Amino acid sequence: MHPMPIEIDIAHVARLARLELSDDELESYKAQLGVILEHAARVQSLRGEPHVEAAHPLGLVNAFREDTSRPSLDRDEVLAQAPSSLDGFFVVPPVLEVE
Amino acid sequence: MIASSVSEAGRLLRSGETTALALLEDALDTASRTEAQLHAFLTIDSDGAREMASQADADLADGIDRGPLHGIPVALKDNMCTRGVETTAASQMLAGYIPPYDATVVARLRSGGAVITGKTNLDEFAMGSSTENSAYGTTYNPWDLSRVPGGSSGGSAAAVAAGSSLLAYGSDTGGSIRQPAALCGVVGMKPTYGTVSRYGLIAFASSLDQIGPFARTVEDSALALSSIWGHDPLDSTSYPGPYPDPTAALDRGVDGLRVGVVTELSGEGFEPAVEAATADMVARLEKGGVEVSEVSLPTFDIALSAYYLIAPAEASSNLARFDGIRYGLRVDGSTTEELMARTRAEGFGPEVTRRILLGTYSLSAGYYDAFYGQAQRVRAAIQEDFARAYAEVDVLVSPTSPTVAFEAGARVADPLAMYLSDICNIPANMAGHPAISVPVGLDDAGLPIGFQVMAPALGEEVMYQVAAEVERLAAFSLSPPAHGAAS
Repeated sequence: MHPMPIEIDIAHVARLARLELSDDELESYKAQLGVILEHAARVQSLRGEPHVEAAHPLGLVNAFREDTSRPSLDRDEVLAQAPSSLDGFFVVPPVLEVE
Repeated sequence: MIASSVSEAGRLLRSGETTALALLEDALDTASRTEAQLHAFLTIDSDGAREMASQADADLADGIDRGPLHGIPVALKDNMCTRGVETTAASQMLAGYIPPYDATVVARLRSGGAVITGKTNLDEFAMGSSTENSAYGTTYNPWDLSRVPGGSSGGSAAAVAAGSSLLAYGSDTGGSIRQPAALCGVVGMKPTYGTVSRYGLIAFASSLDQIGPFARTVEDSALALSSIWGHDPLDSTSYPGPYPDPTAALDRGVDGLRVGVVTELSGEGFEPAVEAATADMVARLEKGGVEVSEVSLPTFDIALSAYYLIAPAEASSNLARFDGIRYGLRVDGSTTEELMARTRAEGFGPEVTRRILLGTYSLSAGYYDAFYGQAQRVRAAIQEDFARAYAEVDVLVSPTSPTVAFEAGARVADPLAMYLSDICNIPANMAGHPAISVPVGLDDAGLPIGFQVMAPALGEEVMYQVAAEVERLAAFSLSPPAHGAAS
């Protein structure tokens, strides 16, 4: 039904998606994605180009608000939901390698 | 129940025959009898609700009337942020998350005097058609406890059907309000895209997501919609107006309206009882004065395929924010990237993982144009099909779901079979149009059947006009077995 074979480098896709999955999980998702994509490939049966671009149904384009300041969420309340925070910052493992 | 509808409860409240507190206790009492079997709620906030109900009563006594939902118990799908009340999207990823703000819809309900009773169950991050993908256990159908309530807003549908809430809200990305409404025998409606703010709705697919009501009657549904919609500067896709009046034409009848029956939404995969109920309702509408025609929208045949490229693509982007840094679950790792990958593998359930992988794939280099790009062209072609159809008819009708409620577990192992549950619902999402499901009868096993009415963008007035006539003609009685009544 689809003109192109569906090749899935599932380990690459999982890496792009930041998902640490086991080999068994990768195999199982790969098989399921194959079935779903085979059905999804039916989009290629559409003939011709539509006359319009898919867009907001009410024709809205970018909406900009006035560039004025307004109250934001309370910092401490927001940080209280973080798994780890310190002195008003989110805490993460070291990003840069240190000698 | 003290009242069988929002409008009736409103009359009783204003005539002094009942109070908001009594309506709330009635709902909480029903929940306490039914929840062990249904599991419609993830959180019941009795204390918070009693405060809101007392305030609603005090306001009415002082002559302050906040509108049609004043004093009405309302349940919310647990993907809408409620300040101070846990909001999980039914995911382990957000276990224990207490939002520091209200979604715009929640803020509007509060200022409208509604009494928010709790948060209802859903498929994790609203991805699913049965509520079985919840990380906190499935919800069951009040009409048959061995069956699913539909999804993803299954908890909201089950709560309204069982009477543990007079009204509830859900979200509909590809049928997640209308399909569970059909399977639970209640009225479920998805508004025109852009008319209800998405601010504070945990995002699944932003170009498709829309919040809408579950109600026991068509009039209640219209009142519930008018209470939440309107322009919101916090949502960049929000429609500035003017807005139609969803209640304006409820009593107008349908004489002279043109109704199109969608050819593509019948045949293979549709249960005979569903097709018969649909044909019967169309015949009754015709007798009632509408002009009926068959309308073909060929792109409907590939709408589902396009949806399962576009929605997961948007989801894979939206759900990137769940990375173990700012809120929710964290699984430690020696680097930030390892922390993120472990957190996400641990926090997301299988369906969410599947859709993130699917979306990441269809957006990745080499596949983008064949999959995502082509799906966007299909989406545009669907909009063109609709435009051609609405040049000839005022509304389109179809079954809401090809089947009645299915057995729990029946489709869990087959994602594609589960996806096919929403085949009638997805076109309206892809076009951004309003659509409603109204219960029209039961099959031989006593399971509800829903009838869908679709209308063009901002066509809520005519959509509700037809829905009200469908409701009158069907004379459907919302009476699922009273579970737990003896206990």
